[in-house]
Amino acid sequence: MSLDKPYTDIPGTTIFDADKSREGYHLNQFCMSLMKAENRARFKANERAYLDEWPMSEEQKQAVMARDLNRCIALGGNIYFLAKIGATDGKSFQQMAGSMTGMTEDQYRDMMVKGGRSIEGNRKTGEKK
Amino acid sequence: MAKIVGTITTSHVPAIGGAIAKGLQSDPYWKPFFDGFPPVRDWLAKVKPDVVVLVYNDHGLNFFLDKMPTFAIGAAAEYRNADEGWGIPTVAPFRGDPELSWHIIESLVAEDFDLVTCQEMVVDHAFTLPMALCWPDQKWPVRTVPVVVNTVQAPLPSAKRCYKLGQALGRAIASWPKDERVVVMGTGGLSHQLDGERAGFINKDFDLKFMDSMVNDPAWATKYSTVELVELSGTQGVELLNWVVARGTLPEKVSKRQANYHIPISNTASGLMVLEPA
Repeated sequence: MSLDKPYTDIPGTTIFDADKSREGYHLNQFCMSLMKAENRARFKANERAYLDEWPMSEEQKQAVMARDLNRCIALGGNIYFLAKIGATDGKSFQQMAGSMTGMTEDQYRDMMVKGGRSIEGNRKTGEKK
Repeated sequence: MAKIVGTITTSHVPAIGGAIAKGLQSDPYWKPFFDGFPPVRDWLAKVKPDVVVLVYNDHGLNFFLDKMPTFAIGAAAEYRNADEGWGIPTVAPFRGDPELSWHIIESLVAEDFDLVTCQEMVVDHAFTLPMALCWPDQKWPVRTVPVVVNTVQAPLPSAKRCYKLGQALGRAIASWPKDERVVVMGTGGLSHQLDGERAGFINKDFDLKFMDSMVNDPAWATKYSTVELVELSGTQGVELLNWVVARGTLPEKVSKRQANYHIPISNTASGLMVLEPA
């Protein structure tokens, strides 16, 4: 039985909790393997074969290959660890974060330089903008 | 007896390491951030710490999801950095102080804080980058004690618990019989969110209130649950818990020696403060 989750109503936000940590354990472990240069090289040479070495769900593997980070997070990925995929691809943390927002890279960078995403309309699901 | 001469609290974004490696300290994008540090280095030259106790959250280099302690402390003679996959250079090893570490452990456990003790530990960017910002030549003139707080996998320790840990850590350091000068550092935050459609979230009002509370109302953050802190400061903004621990080591009354706040570095609102006991 899981505890109440009063935190599912922050829009566009996933709290990495026990359920997510269990679901994403091997996905996150795969990500951390990319801290080693030799593993980054093997992953780049054949992504599918490298992913097949990990007991991940097919959905998780597809999400990784599509670089769909929102999907990865929904399937238990944690951004601190998923960031290793971006680092392997030569992407900055800002490019990775931006890719989850539906904005272009330039739009996202511009938003950050102008002070970031406001809390107005982004605090509770259903709040009035 | 040992004396806590002050705290340094700062952000620890990996991109800082990239900027240091590329020498971008005067680049218009980075300058407002790096310009906060010369006064910190002047202050360090004045207070001459022997030891840094550094409170941070690890991002998988030492603690992965296989073992995720709520609180942990290093008790090693040396702490090494390692490749985190960012493509930034690793830094020289840090000297530890096992005697002091064990003294702190004895003292904290006696106060009912049951930390995981680590006689081997690697330290990630949340430890190395703030040190490199304080000592750019990376010739570390201090011994170190790493203290790690879980800000990664919920449930996280509450701000209230973190503040109490800081207070107990302060008492532990103050009871160290050697006549040494200690700086406590807390790294992470301030507001940022790296994931989901809300990525890019920044809350300047909250950050500035929090920084003001570090001086004038140290228990202010403890009124919030960790979920409320996520709501207000972002999924990774909650790293401010490390600041709360560091602040707890100081007495109620403090003087502010330096503060800097800048949006953005990468996805993050960067904060920096130096506080001294008043």
